[in-house]
Amino acid sequence: MIRTALLVAAKDLRIERRSRVLLWQVLPFGVMALVLSGLALGPTRAGHSGAGPGLFYLVMLLVALLMINRSRVIESSPGTQASVATLGLDPAGVFLGKALALAVELWLTGLVLLGGSVLVLHTAPAGTVSALPSVVVTLGALAAAGTLYGALSGGGQGPATLLPVLSLPAFAPLLIAGERSFSAALHGGALWRWWLISLVALVAYLGIGILLYGVLEES
Amino acid sequence: MMKLLSQRLLGPVTLILLALTFWLGLWVTPPDKVQGNLARLLYVHPAIAWVALYLSFGTATIASALYLWKRSRSPVMDRVAHCAMEVSLVFIILTLITGSIWGRPAWGVWWAWDARLTSTAVLGVFAVGYLALRRANDDFELRARRSAVLAILAAINVPIIHFSVQWWKTLHQGASVFTESGNFKVHGIMLTTLFISLAAFTLLFFWLLRARYRVQVLRDERERVSLDEALTQRRREGVH
Repeated sequence: MIRTALLVAAKDLRIERRSRVLLWQVLPFGVMALVLSGLALGPTRAGHSGAGPGLFYLVMLLVALLMINRSRVIESSPGTQASVATLGLDPAGVFLGKALALAVELWLTGLVLLGGSVLVLHTAPAGTVSALPSVVVTLGALAAAGTLYGALSGGGQGPATLLPVLSLPAFAPLLIAGERSFSAALHGGALWRWWLISLVALVAYLGIGILLYGVLEES
Repeated sequence: MMKLLSQRLLGPVTLILLALTFWLGLWVTPPDKVQGNLARLLYVHPAIAWVALYLSFGTATIASALYLWKRSRSPVMDRVAHCAMEVSLVFIILTLITGSIWGRPAWGVWWAWDARLTSTAVLGVFAVGYLALRRANDDFELRARRSAVLAILAAINVPIIHFSVQWWKTLHQGASVFTESGNFKVHGIMLTTLFISLAAFTLLFFWLLRARYRVQVLRDERERVSLDEALTQRRREGVH
């Protein structure tokens, strides 16, 4: 399972490295969304409202939706489907691999956007750094949940509008937990409690994905 | 005989119990000493929430799990899950509406960012997503499998809703019927009315589920027949 996971993750990341979609399309979108969030709050409130963590996660959710769709499009191309079917890859491994690749992409985007939130939304650099472990876990959980919901919505085979309707209710608790732990890192509070919720969600989604991904991909 | 009896009696008994609930709730039971007449929502709101969150969503989840389990996989399970989820969505909306009506005078707002309210609304969006997913897939097998997985994933939200009043500081009151030690919080005619309302709304759920299931069977049959007719027509065109 682990070997399959690493193979699939390497394949997805290689495609991403060659196509440069993350670099030229997703990252600029994320940065623009962050800047627009600041503009929507206004010049005085953007830097002082404490909305930085919430806006960061909101933008990450939008970015995640783009990436999940992209990941599904890769998987639903006829060549990939035929290869997976011929090789008889373990569905649990495929799920883990896709989730891992998505997590790596989200972590990279998250790093850039955290820097952006320090610059644009004036979140404290020290607090932002101490929020990193919780950001890593929350984005990991987002990747695991996103991979599962991407398979549910059918990705490239299904309508693109279906993914947000299905996944956003599942992402809502992650958004809350992520925002609270980030805010706690910035302003003090129960950081570990919220971080633990993200960790439980990560483990739960990985477990469910390992169990059910095969059922979803079964033809 | 029993089947015929249940088919004939389910509707009238449900209506009688609902009428009894409204009569007892509005005219017979006394107003609450703290909340006054507002407390009469106790005979409607918890019963609707019971149907929305536990009975119908639970039915949809169990039917979905049974569909995914290969030994019990059948179109009946898929249909039951679909119909129960539709009923659940209606009752979730009613739960939110009756909750809002109770919340406005009690809390001063129609909507509060409270853990129980928010998680219930999230469950409603899950139910909408479930129905959207069903409409998006034409292939029966694929649609049934995907929606079954979604129903199971969405069901994780139900214990979160249930325990939200204990896990977080919420505006929403805790358990309405039982104390933490398991004793009743309400007594006498109020308790009787509460139990009658629970029975009435439970029967209403089964009545609605049965009616919706029959509609679904007819729809599936119509689709099958119209497909057969279309194929026959096409073959005839081929012959001529």
